[in-house]
Amino acid sequence: MPHDASNTSVSHSNASSLNVTVLVSVGRHPLTARTRRADQDARAVEMALMLTGASVSLLHAGQQDSDHEEAIRGYLGMGIDSVGLIEQSPQADVVPALAKALRESTPQLVLTGTRAETGEASGVTPYLLAEALGWPIITGLAAVEKIEQGTAVVLQALPRGKRRRLRIRLPAIATVDSSAPPARQSAFGPAKRGELAHQQAPSEIDEDLATWHIQPARKRPKRLKIVKSSSARDRFKAAAAKAGGGGGQTLNDVTPEQGAEAIFKLLKEEGVLR
Amino acid sequence: MSELVRRDPRKEWIARNRLHPQHLEVLAELGGGAVASEWMGPNGVIRRNPHAAGFIGPNGIRRVDRSGVQQAAQSPGRSVESKDARRPVAIDTPAFMVAVVPDMTGGRLSSHDRDLLGLARQLADADVTQPGAVLAIVFGEHKEIAFGEAGIDRLLHLEGARFWGYLPELSVATLQGVDRETAPRYWLLPDSSIGGELGRRLAARLGERPAAQVWQVEAETKSATGWRCTARGAAGRNDITRALPRIVMALAECADPVSETRHAAEPIALSHGLPDMLRRIEDMGEVAVDPASVSLAEAEFILSAGNGVKDWDSYHHAAEVLGATKGASRVAVDDGFMPRDRQVGATGTWVSARVYMAVGISGAIQHLQGIQSCDKVVAINLDEGCDMVKRADLSVIGDASQVLAALVARMEQYRAEQQENRDAA
Repeated sequence: MPHDASNTSVSHSNASSLNVTVLVSVGRHPLTARTRRADQDARAVEMALMLTGASVSLLHAGQQDSDHEEAIRGYLGMGIDSVGLIEQSPQADVVPALAKALRESTPQLVLTGTRAETGEASGVTPYLLAEALGWPIITGLAAVEKIEQGTAVVLQALPRGKRRRLRIRLPAIATVDSSAPPARQSAFGPAKRGELAHQQAPSEIDEDLATWHIQPARKRPKRLKIVKSSSARDRFKAAAAKAGGGGGQTLNDVTPEQGAEAIFKLLKEEGVLR
Repeated sequence: MSELVRRDPRKEWIARNRLHPQHLEVLAELGGGAVASEWMGPNGVIRRNPHAAGFIGPNGIRRVDRSGVQQAAQSPGRSVESKDARRPVAIDTPAFMVAVVPDMTGGRLSSHDRDLLGLARQLADADVTQPGAVLAIVFGEHKEIAFGEAGIDRLLHLEGARFWGYLPELSVATLQGVDRETAPRYWLLPDSSIGGELGRRLAARLGERPAAQVWQVEAETKSATGWRCTARGAAGRNDITRALPRIVMALAECADPVSETRHAAEPIALSHGLPDMLRRIEDMGEVAVDPASVSLAEAEFILSAGNGVKDWDSYHHAAEVLGATKGASRVAVDDGFMPRDRQVGATGTWVSARVYMAVGISGAIQHLQGIQSCDKVVAINLDEGCDMVKRADLSVIGDASQVLAALVARMEQYRAEQQENRDAA
């Protein structure tokens, strides 16, 4: 019992000093195209709120208008008092402003979504911040297991629902993708009451952006099945062949044991048995 | 066997002469198989095999010439050897380099990697007088043998105990060393979970502005690099057209894979050693996850039950023993045996499992749509003619509960063997 008590007090004293900053952006609904809180950023906020005893602060850099303000207030509705807003012009590169703000506030952990839902959405911003600040960065954060002595043990989400355990040195940046737990609902009242803490920062105009040509996405051409053959007969056979069907092995009139053995062999070959 | 064609003019002459007493035997002999087309049956009736008539033409098609003029003019039965038609290409003094970092999922070049190498070939071969070389950088162990056929001229293979596990910082520092040494004109990476992360790290390290989610690259004389690329932006809603930057992260099917040439895949090594660095990210290994908690859409191995399952306890037990994620057909869900979030198919979840095992599912078209992207399908069913059996790679016709019970027994035996081996070791 005393061992337990000391453990919790240690983790509590560490956690209480844990500063987590979540970088949030303005999202856009994929169907209605209305502005909203970005899905992955909201998941990052959810993950920060689930950390025991962490003090969570939110930071957004971008232009100011009523639409965007409403979207940012969506994050306030998750149970947060204020969001730091760094005002930038619409064509600005937000990385220098964010790096400066993070360098001043010195959080231990910075969470953010993998990529934005508007603009270039290349997903490079967290890496640029990590490079500018000299912090390590990890992707696909699924859970924070514990934080102690300047390191964090986290679970990273891999494809196919697998998880990998990593130990990272703090301060660090972690991005969150759609394998993180879904965000809680945003409540209307707290969203209206929350405070937007405006900060002024000079905007660095992104000049490359002006040279790009941006248009609504075209449908990608579908790749045709290419048949390389010298004989017209083979090409015709390939073109006229029915898709799928056949090729499978059917075990008829076998005992359940023989059937099970065949299935077991296939499962073992595919390597799905642990 | 010799490739030389031995002709027997006498036999050819007999084959042309329908009145020759040996005509049929010779024809059958030249026809490849020793099947005579006419023979005397046991009751004294001439039997005729219509399939043995004619000869195999040069394109592998059977030709029947009723006039008898041209019969067996060609030496038949000689199939054209499938010669490797790839043209070997060696680029000794490349004008520039195009570096590619393939994902190598499962130790082999994935189709995404091959598409990317096709794109690299386009960039390297644009100017015939000054061809560039494609350099591939492969981390860790691999099982690939056909690097040259994928279009790789130079191969930098970094192996050893240092490259085991998840080492993003070491990888990017190594790529930085490669950049310093060979100064590739372009860096191409697949925009997947592995390559996308590495590419963004590299871009941040080299201070280049990359293009992500590129799906098209075209020649353009007006742009600074001679190329322009089209990339998806704003979560796939916009297309951004811009000059091709130095670091490109491309989507699958960005170009056609190399199919007509074979390249040298000459191994090279870094002249400077690998960087020694402080590890800020430490890999502590993969964690075993509960298969039941994995979402159906990304599960690797699914045991799916349908109307044919009567003994539900044994089904749940089998799923636990096999370590499979549970799925269900619409009928099983509607009847209340399985929760709605486990439904596979058009109205449920579209799954992408490596192995999908359908127990007692006949295979409605909506269900088959949902399992389109599964690699291997195993069916256990009583009805041999059902659509699921047609789709399946392996089907066992029999009672579901008996086969499942046998499979559970086999699995337990396997576990016991494993345990013994571990104890012995």
